[in-house]
Amino acid sequence: MSETVKSQQDVPEVSYVVEDGDGEDWGHLAEMRVDPIGLFQRVRDECGDIGRFRLADRDVVLVSGAEANEQFFRAPDSTLDQAAAYPFMTPIFGKGVVFDASPEERQQMLKNQALRGDMMRGHAATIEAEINRMVAEWGDEGEIDLLDWFAELTIYTTSACLIGKPFREELDGTFARLYHDLEKGTDALAYVDPYLDIESFRTRDAARVELVALVQAVIDKRLARAKAHGGSVPREERDLLDVLISVEMTADYITGIFISMMFAGHHTSSGTAAWALIELMRHPETLEDVVAELDDLYADPDGSGAVEISFQALRSIPRLEAALKETLRLHPPLIILLRVVQEEIELAGHTIAPGTMVAASPKVSNRIPEDFPEPDSFDPGRYLDPRQEDLVNRWTWIPFGAGKHRCVGSAFAMMQLKAIFSVILRDYEFELAQPSETYADDVSKMVIQLQQPCRVRYRRRAR
Amino acid sequence: MRVVADLDLCQGHQMCQGEAPSVLGFDDAADVVVVLQEHPEESLRPQVRAAVQYCPAMALAIEEEA
Repeated sequence: MSETVKSQQDVPEVSYVVEDGDGEDWGHLAEMRVDPIGLFQRVRDECGDIGRFRLADRDVVLVSGAEANEQFFRAPDSTLDQAAAYPFMTPIFGKGVVFDASPEERQQMLKNQALRGDMMRGHAATIEAEINRMVAEWGDEGEIDLLDWFAELTIYTTSACLIGKPFREELDGTFARLYHDLEKGTDALAYVDPYLDIESFRTRDAARVELVALVQAVIDKRLARAKAHGGSVPREERDLLDVLISVEMTADYITGIFISMMFAGHHTSSGTAAWALIELMRHPETLEDVVAELDDLYADPDGSGAVEISFQALRSIPRLEAALKETLRLHPPLIILLRVVQEEIELAGHTIAPGTMVAASPKVSNRIPEDFPEPDSFDPGRYLDPRQEDLVNRWTWIPFGAGKHRCVGSAFAMMQLKAIFSVILRDYEFELAQPSETYADDVSKMVIQLQQPCRVRYRRRAR
Repeated sequence: MRVVADLDLCQGHQMCQGEAPSVLGFDDAADVVVVLQEHPEESLRPQVRAAVQYCPAMALAIEEEA
């Protein structure tokens, strides 16, 4: 019954299809910067459940399939560490922020971030108000850029829910644009050196400096206000920022904390909302189903008052949920999840040594044809009884990751998406403003984002 | 049916407390779910299924018994 465990040297290496420039020897780094999805898929196609590629001077062992993914996701922090695997995040957060925290401190932060079930009701109301506020500027018809619009909306929702409403009120489109510049500063060249002198890193560092200045200005206002109030400010006007000021943290450090708190929930929710709208427009029969479902839910036939969106977004909306899950399966916001081996670990029958980087790919796993028949087709029916392909394949349906590190914001994210579509599909209809196949992701950075232009037209629904 | 909770996966979101409070409880000290009824009555199936479906950590499952 016991299979022989092989060594790391026996893990097959994937082929090369993109050459390095400038006579460098950075392995598959060049391909990572132009077609990472092609690279990860080729690892599975050529090597099977375990294969490796090379990123600058280190091996990355990429696993896929339920069994190997489960070993990867179940490993404790002491065996597989996250922090060292994402060097491109350090200059964005700033040194000493979050990734240096112990697992216990992280657990505490999780609680403070108020992502628990009992906080969701308040968040749902906050999010609905933010969506209404942005949609109020739409008028009867017009056009939006999906990336710009959802990126701005999710800056407001994440800051209002995770930091506080008073801080959110200090933000405008400028903060969203700077934040976007940070996200664009996630070139895989960070695996060579996160401080290389390249344009996207310079833009990243300039954006961070400006963000610190914005936060400093808010801090100054708070200090002046506290002074005017004789040191105490009414409770409802206080938020997390006041707490951090009171323990004498610098603007630089506070900005880092805010950036890190918002990071996981920002580009991920923004991209998913945009892709969900694109997929709904590409599949009019699904869109019609979802709109009918929402119209039923929010109908007010006897005039006794319709159900509130902030209430319903926390409850079951099965057809919309299925469409969102299918969007997440096809377009997972993170295409690769990385760890660094701390203690020798066995993965897919091979022992992997400390220091090695190991990875799982939501993009590849979510399309394994044995688990998801016709993997490239958009089929929300997968999630309905009795198929439930997300629950049946809990180690390969991994848009939120899996295991102990599974995205702690998944319930928040689903609630937010349900609220967004409840509002915009109730009041507006949408159509693609460019050929369907021109909507695509820009995968040249580790944080993937929609490629611009990505425009859609809206028109107020006739009632 | 048999209700199974994977304590290695539970993140303490407590969503199941809203969906199936008579079947799934919470250990505040350990910060994890507690299965109160391993073999709940068939009438509770819709509640348990919702708890499984909406668990943000995918830590719950229903196993069918012969």
